[in-house]
Amino acid sequence: MTIDAKGIYYRQLNEAIKASLQDKINTIELQNVNGQRYIGAGITNDATISIQGTPGNDLAAYMDGLTLQVYGNAQDGVANTMNKGTIIIHGDAGDALGYAMRGGEVYVKGSVGYRVAIHMKEFQEKVPLVVVGGKAGSFFGEYMAGGILILLGLRGREEQPIVGDYCGTGMHGGIMYIRGSVEEHKLGKEVKPVEMTEEDHQRLALYVGRFAEHFGEDKEEILAQPFTKLIPYNKRPYGNLYVGA
Amino acid sequence: MSLREGEVRIPSGCAISGIMNRKGYLFSGHDIIQSIALMHDRSNGLGGGFAAYGIYPDYADHYAIHMFYEDSFCREETELFINDHFNVEVGGRIPTRKVSSITEAPIIWRYFVQPKAEKVMEMDLEEDEYVARLVMQINAKFPGSFVVSSGKNMGAFKGVGYPEDIGEFYKLDSYKGYLWTAHGRFPTNTPGWWGGAHPFTLLDWSIVHNGEISSYDANRRYIEMFGYKCTLQTDTEVITYLFDLLLRKQGLPLKAVVTAMAAPLWSNIERLAPEERELVKAIRTVYSPLLVNGPFSIILGSRKGFVALNDRIKLRALVAAEKDDFIYVASEESAIREICSNPDRLWSVAGGEPVIGLLEGVEEL
Repeated sequence: MTIDAKGIYYRQLNEAIKASLQDKINTIELQNVNGQRYIGAGITNDATISIQGTPGNDLAAYMDGLTLQVYGNAQDGVANTMNKGTIIIHGDAGDALGYAMRGGEVYVKGSVGYRVAIHMKEFQEKVPLVVVGGKAGSFFGEYMAGGILILLGLRGREEQPIVGDYCGTGMHGGIMYIRGSVEEHKLGKEVKPVEMTEEDHQRLALYVGRFAEHFGEDKEEILAQPFTKLIPYNKRPYGNLYVGA
Repeated sequence: MSLREGEVRIPSGCAISGIMNRKGYLFSGHDIIQSIALMHDRSNGLGGGFAAYGIYPDYADHYAIHMFYEDSFCREETELFINDHFNVEVGGRIPTRKVSSITEAPIIWRYFVQPKAEKVMEMDLEEDEYVARLVMQINAKFPGSFVVSSGKNMGAFKGVGYPEDIGEFYKLDSYKGYLWTAHGRFPTNTPGWWGGAHPFTLLDWSIVHNGEISSYDANRRYIEMFGYKCTLQTDTEVITYLFDLLLRKQGLPLKAVVTAMAAPLWSNIERLAPEERELVKAIRTVYSPLLVNGPFSIILGSRKGFVALNDRIKLRALVAAEKDDFIYVASEESAIREICSNPDRLWSVAGGEPVIGLLEGVEEL
């Protein structure tokens, strides 16, 4: 099933997608997408949608199961509060990717903007994952409460560092892995680098393996460089903030 | 007329877009309308506008004064003042076409003028300063009259409505310019009214802005010491005067101006190389009241080119691209791809990182 999205307003496009899914079509290709918002938003389904072009903001917001392949760059707010499913972006993505994400996996071949994985969270078996192949802006993992965030720095604007300032500021849950080292002044007060354990290596091998598979990259080469593991100092850094002394 | 700024609060987004040809090649308003229209949902129909540079080659040496008048009485009063201070070459209505969604338009007029030489001499001012002061006077002393723009070979076209409808209303496809900026408004805190739409201008400076300036009062108090009057009760207005003060009056290099407005955080300044550190410290210290705080992405247009800038911690979106002699900036990548599907280079702009587009042969704004 192919839908030509050229000049189609986002509401009509998303209605057409929902109608196709209701007809039990499980592979949809969207062509000429440019700026249409909310693609895949709120949908519970295990179909695959491939997107040619630049999808608009809040791609896959509240998504619950779809697999999205994006052949282009994604804009801001990808996977906002996403619950389940997989997103594979073959370009870059914008700010606030994975905002309050609570489940599912996002793989980005290129770089991402500011505030990625802000307030991502986990509960029992629901552990969201974001793997970024390029570089990330400031406030990476800000207020992160759970989940796994992996940053590889394989590509991106030459003049930019692998990650911006305030990395992990306010982080109080979850784990972050950054390939190579991160200067201490870039880290938020609430995080600290710790030794990698065998479990960490296994976890990285698994997810970097999936990343490499999605984008046809060399897993071993990526893993050959050491990673910095960051976790929060304290699970409840503000636990006493509102407590009467 | 609808409620003015300050009379109602509407909590709320916005869209901005800009296109320039570095060689000064002129192109119609079609592309900028397409680009801003793609971001329709970032606005809510309460404001749209455009700044266009290079559109009046036949009057390139005249100041093009674009005006809004609430009624013909306002026009007559203000015209007496204009005739008293300027030699008016031509004046008349700005051509518009009927667009069903655009209603309650004021009387929209433009004049191609030159300052009266004897008055300029009498006041002992440079021509630009003379014009700037008169613009402030009209906005402050003639209720119901608003100067929409006052630069040479440029003009602002704005109003209440979605930007694509405003573009249609003003027939912008029939103008040709080398630099176009656009704004789609989603008024933050206040209602939409014609004078409050973007761009905000002074001389040939124009600003389109997405965001909210939480330092507005601090910035305003500083700028008022230099004779600027903030009469439009909109945070964006102050940014225009701030650029005018630093770039035109004080002649600062653009990089210093950007450092003053989107100053690096002290913790980052401490890590700069010693010479740069001292310089940035000095700028932050001297111009501390000009730090623009709060979320913003802006495009400053001028006859020499433009600069687009984000707040230092990037609380608003900004993407830039290049294709041959064209340079693009917009709130969303798709708004650039809509008119340039395959740019040579496209990048997401970092917080506090200026995107500078200058005409060939120009080194400073």
